[in-house]
Amino acid sequence: MTVSTDGLSAQQIAQAVTDRELSALDATEAALARIAKHDTVLNSFTDITAERARAKARTVDAAIAAGQKVGPLAGVPFAVKNLFDVKGLATRAGSKINRDLAPSTRDATLIERMEAQGAVLVGALNMGEYAYDFTGENVHDGPSRNPHDPTRMTGGSSGGSGSAVGGGLVPIALGSDTNGSIRVPSSFCGVFGLKPTYGRLSRARSFPFVASLDHLGPFARNVGDLALAYDAMQGADADDAACTTRPVEPVTPLLAQGIDGLRVAVAGGYFQQNVFPEAVEAVARVAKALSATQTVEIPEAARARAAAYVITTTEGASLHLDRLRKRPNDFDPAVRDRLIAGAMVPAPLVDRAQKFRRWYRAKVLELFKSVDVIIAPATPCIAPKLGQVNFVLDGVELPVRANIGIHTQPISFIGLPVVAVPVPLVPMPIGVQIIAAPWREDIALRVAHALERAGVATAPIPRGL
Amino acid sequence: MAAEPLDDYINAVAKALALPVEEAWRPAVRANLEVSLRLARLVDDFPLPDEIEPASVYTA
Repeated sequence: MTVSTDGLSAQQIAQAVTDRELSALDATEAALARIAKHDTVLNSFTDITAERARAKARTVDAAIAAGQKVGPLAGVPFAVKNLFDVKGLATRAGSKINRDLAPSTRDATLIERMEAQGAVLVGALNMGEYAYDFTGENVHDGPSRNPHDPTRMTGGSSGGSGSAVGGGLVPIALGSDTNGSIRVPSSFCGVFGLKPTYGRLSRARSFPFVASLDHLGPFARNVGDLALAYDAMQGADADDAACTTRPVEPVTPLLAQGIDGLRVAVAGGYFQQNVFPEAVEAVARVAKALSATQTVEIPEAARARAAAYVITTTEGASLHLDRLRKRPNDFDPAVRDRLIAGAMVPAPLVDRAQKFRRWYRAKVLELFKSVDVIIAPATPCIAPKLGQVNFVLDGVELPVRANIGIHTQPISFIGLPVVAVPVPLVPMPIGVQIIAAPWREDIALRVAHALERAGVATAPIPRGL
Repeated sequence: MAAEPLDDYINAVAKALALPVEEAWRPAVRANLEVSLRLARLVDDFPLPDEIEPASVYTA
């Protein structure tokens, strides 16, 4: 009979496995059983690596039986967005075309680091095609579905990651975030997500999208698990040209420090426009809990979002140019048409977007001389219905897809670390961004931890799961 | 003369880059290009000093 680990955090599973109260194999079988039971609805997984997972779990159990030291993630099941290389699988990155690639010969660096600490990979997760997506819908694999309402979007592009963690199938998942692809599904699926500082976590052996803006990071149901995964994955990596050589800076021991003395401000102007009442309510709850009365204006945020859009569409087009020539009909038509248009943007405009980025970075870094944390909506709305094309805001009909990421794009544009925290509104949760200065993931996570302890941010348990 | 102002440009760039643009895709490609150019103009309108460097390899 399969042992149930439903509702256990990664920390609780690892503690039970380390204490030999639960075997890593039983924890793995429990995760596989949850996936088998619920993923017919959620459609969050595209690959289940059951045999690999069982083999890894047995090695963890054997190490413990032999009295060897195992890591803080001993026996913890996790899954990765299917743009991470998984040894033996073609890295599909949400596409049809990439299924023809040769199977990967080595895992992505972040998978290796998670498994080095005892974690057990159980599968790969659904995503929007080539990560050019905010919805979590996929024409080839079907949409990942929101665990709080399967008729709604998960958000994307790391839709399967949000769904799998939000639905309690695995306690930790990994995803990528170029313009919001960790923070948006975290918001819609009601989980915690960390987009670290650009360059903090290695992207080696993951399928790229926009080299200037691509980040990888974890999803979890609580801040302690998020920090544990982040700590496991830190470290220099010569296989990613952008990966920092800064020393590892563990955050887990710092969470309990609290937030006394931190200066917290609410993002004004651009970040208070084009938002539904739910997003306003969520930011207000967080601001109140943090006694944040100050408002700061992030300068030229609309232009920053525009520049992020230009860099994204042009670098994305460059990446896929040859596939657009040779296999245009094998793309999601909506992705193909965006990428073709991206290939046609004149080069001087792209150069100006990169130059603007340096100007904007300097201005935003100045703000962090007077504040430690900036809070802003993660999404302008709760999860829209699957297939929804437009929403009406202040009497104006706006396209859903283009507007989901308007509050995340100006932040990732300059690589700032962000924790998306879930505010459990009814009937659907919504996220708030906790934004810190570069390399200060510790501050963003401490604030998220304080909000969790205060009961303001929590990952709601889906009905029926 | 092309039916839409951007169509001549789309035809020329598609040819220069050897990119296929089937007629059925053209309205969506054009619409996306219009959005990209509108947003790029927003950036272009912003005055920057001549000396500013691109942040193409970004280190925070």
